[in-house]
Amino acid sequence: MSLTRTTAATAAPLTNSLTAGKLPRHSPLIVLLASWLVTGAFFFVLMLSGAAEGFTIVGTLFFGTVVYCVAIFLLSYYVEGVRKAKDRLVTALVTVAFVVALLPLFSLVFTTLVNGLPAFLTPSFFTQSQRNVVGEGGGALHAVIGTLLITGVATLISVPIGLLSAIYLTEYGRGRLARAITFFVDVMTGIPSIVAGLFAFALFSLLFNDPGIRFGFGGAIALTVLMIPVVVRSSEEMLKLVPNELREAAYALGVPKWLTILKVVLPTSLAGIVTGIMISISRVIGETAPLLIISGFTASMNYDLFNERMMTLPVFVYTQYANQGADTQSYLDRAWAGALTLILIVMLLNLGARVIARIFSPKLGR
Amino acid sequence: MSKRIEVNDLNVYYSKFLAVEEVSLVIEPRTVTALIGPSGCGKSTFLRTLNRMHEVIPGAYVTGEVLIDGNNLYGPGVDPVLVRRQVGMVFQRPNPFPTMSIGDNVLAGVKLNNRRMAKSDADALIEKSLMGANLWKEVKDRLDKPGSSLSGGQQQRLCIARAIAVEPDVILMDEPCSALDPISTLAIEDLIEEMKADYTIVIVTHNMQQASRVSDRTGFFNIAGTGKPGRLIEYDDTTTIFSNPGVQATEDYVSGRFG
Ligand SMILES: Nc1ncnc2c1ncn2[C@@H]1O[C@H](COP(=O)(O)OP(=O)(O)OP(=O)(O)O)[C@@H](O)[C@H]1O
Ligand SMILES: [Mg+2]
Repeated sequence: MSLTRTTAATAAPLTNSLTAGKLPRHSPLIVLLASWLVTGAFFFVLMLSGAAEGFTIVGTLFFGTVVYCVAIFLLSYYVEGVRKAKDRLVTALVTVAFVVALLPLFSLVFTTLVNGLPAFLTPSFFTQSQRNVVGEGGGALHAVIGTLLITGVATLISVPIGLLSAIYLTEYGRGRLARAITFFVDVMTGIPSIVAGLFAFALFSLLFNDPGIRFGFGGAIALTVLMIPVVVRSSEEMLKLVPNELREAAYALGVPKWLTILKVVLPTSLAGIVTGIMISISRVIGETAPLLIISGFTASMNYDLFNERMMTLPVFVYTQYANQGADTQSYLDRAWAGALTLILIVMLLNLGARVIARIFSPKLGR
Repeated sequence: MSKRIEVNDLNVYYSKFLAVEEVSLVIEPRTVTALIGPSGCGKSTFLRTLNRMHEVIPGAYVTGEVLIDGNNLYGPGVDPVLVRRQVGMVFQRPNPFPTMSIGDNVLAGVKLNNRRMAKSDADALIEKSLMGANLWKEVKDRLDKPGSSLSGGQQQRLCIARAIAVEPDVILMDEPCSALDPISTLAIEDLIEEMKADYTIVIVTHNMQQASRVSDRTGFFNIAGTGKPGRLIEYDDTTTIFSNPGVQATEDYVSGRFG
C-alpha cells in the first residue's frame, strides 16, 4: 500500500501539462470598458485642446471598439497563445457584427415609438377616421379596418391556393407541369409590388370598363399576387421536411393517399406552415404602392370591400406625410402613429404564429 | 386469418434498373419466412412488392404475379389500399406518428381511415394490440403521451402493435430489430413466435442467429455484382439452409465466409 502511495505521489507532475495560460473570466468586459475609457479620454483631450468641436460619443464607442479588438487579441496572444487569441478576435468581430445588425432595428423601433406615441395615445386614434379633419385630432380607424379587411381577404384567397399548390408539388407533382409551376412561382416571387398593383388595376378597370376604378377587393387581389408565391415556397419546404417514412407507415396501414396527406403530412408540418403563412402576411401587410394604385386613399370609413376607395395603414402613413396640411405637426404625428400601429400589428401576428407553432408542433419528450 | 402467398416470375424495376429478377416462391400460412442476403441484393425491394409498397417510389414497377390466397395483387383493377389493409408492414426504423399519442398510434389504422369506433371498442383494441406486441405493461399508464416519448425498442413494438391493430393476414417486417438492443430483440422474436399462430410472417434480417431462431423457412438472395439484379438463390427449410444448403454460395454466406 505504502509503496503504491509513494510512487503515485512522486509520479504526480508538479505542473499539469494540459494547462495553458488563461485570461481571467471577466477580462474581455474590462478590456472593452478600458478601451472606451482610453478613447474617451483621447477625445476629451482633443476637445480641451480645441482641436475638436466637442466630445463625440459615437466616435468614442466606434474607435474604442476597434481598440478593443486589437487589445484583446494582443493580450490574449501573450497570455493564452495564438489559437485562443484568434478565437477572441473572431468572437469580438462576430459580436460587433451582431450589434451593428441590430442597431438599425433598435433605432427604427425607438424613433417610431418616440414620434408615434403622442398621437397613438390620443383616444380618438382608434375610434375615428380622418373625415373632416384638417388640423389636429381624428384617427386611423378607417386605415386599421382597411388593412385588416384587405390583408384578411388576401390571406383567405392565397392560403388555400398556395397550400394546395404546395401539396400538389410535394405529393403529386411530377414532370412538366410541376416544373412549370415551380418556375412560375419563382418568377412570381420576383414581381415588384407595383407591378402587382398595376396588374390588379388593369384587370379590374378592363373587367368593369372603369378607367378610374378604386376599391378594396382589388387591393386584396394585388396582395394575393404577392402572397401566393411566398405561401407556396414556405409550405413546400415544410411539407418536404415530413419524413417519407411517415407517409409509408400510413400507406402500410391501408390508408389512402389523400387521407395520409390530410391526417399525417399536414398535421406533422402544421407548425411550420402556419409560421410561413404568418411571414407571408407580414410581407404584404406593409405594401404601399399596389394599394395606392388600386385601393386609393380616403379620409372616411369604408367597410365595403367592393365599393369606393379604402384606406390602409401604409397608405395612411404615406398620405399623412405627403399631404401635410397647415398644422404640419399633427399630420406628422399621425403618420408616425400609423407606422407604429403597423409595426405592432406585425409583432402581434408573429407572436400569434409562435404560440400556434408551439401548440401544434409535434410533441417530444415525456 | 392467415394466408398463403405465391410469387411467380417476379421482376422488380426501379425505372429502367432491374433490381430483383425472376423470383418464384410459395409461403405457407402460419409460418415465419426469413429473407437473408448481402446488402443491396434486393431483400427490401422484394418484401415491398408483397404489399404494393414498392410502387410508392416514383418510376418503380413490377412484372410477374403475386397471389395471396389465389388473388393476384398485380391483377387489373386491384386497389393497393385494400391490399395493404391485408398485408401489414413493420419498417426497419421505428416510425410512430409524432403528432399522435401512444394510444392514437395504435388506433392509427382506424382513425386515419376516418372510421368511427365506440370508446370502449377502441380501448379494447388498444389493449389487445399492445398486449399482442408485448408493450401493454410498459405503457398502460401513459397512453396519452406522445409516441415519440418511448425508447427505440418500445417504439418498434408500438409500430408492431399499430400493424396488428388493423388485423392483417400477413405481416412483413424489414429488419425490425436492426436498431434494437438484444433484450428488445428477444422480446420481438418471442412476439414473432407467438404471432405465427395467427399470421403469415415474412421477415428480412441480417442476423443469421435470428433467422435460424425464428423462421421455419429461409430464402437466400444474392447479387452477381454491382448493377446486376438480385436473385433468389435458394429457398428451403431453415434447418436445411443452415445445416445442409444445396448451393455453395448459400453455405459461404451462412457460415460467414463472404458477403
Ligand atoms: N428508391 C430506389 N431507387 C432506385 N434504386 C433503388 C431504390 N431503392 C433501392 N434501390 C436499389 O435496389 C437494389 C436493392 O436494394 P434493397 O434496398 O432492396 O437492398 P437490400 O437487400 O434491402 O439491402 P440492405 O440489406 O442493405 O437493406 C440496390 O441496388 C439499390 O441500389
Ligand atoms: Mg433493406
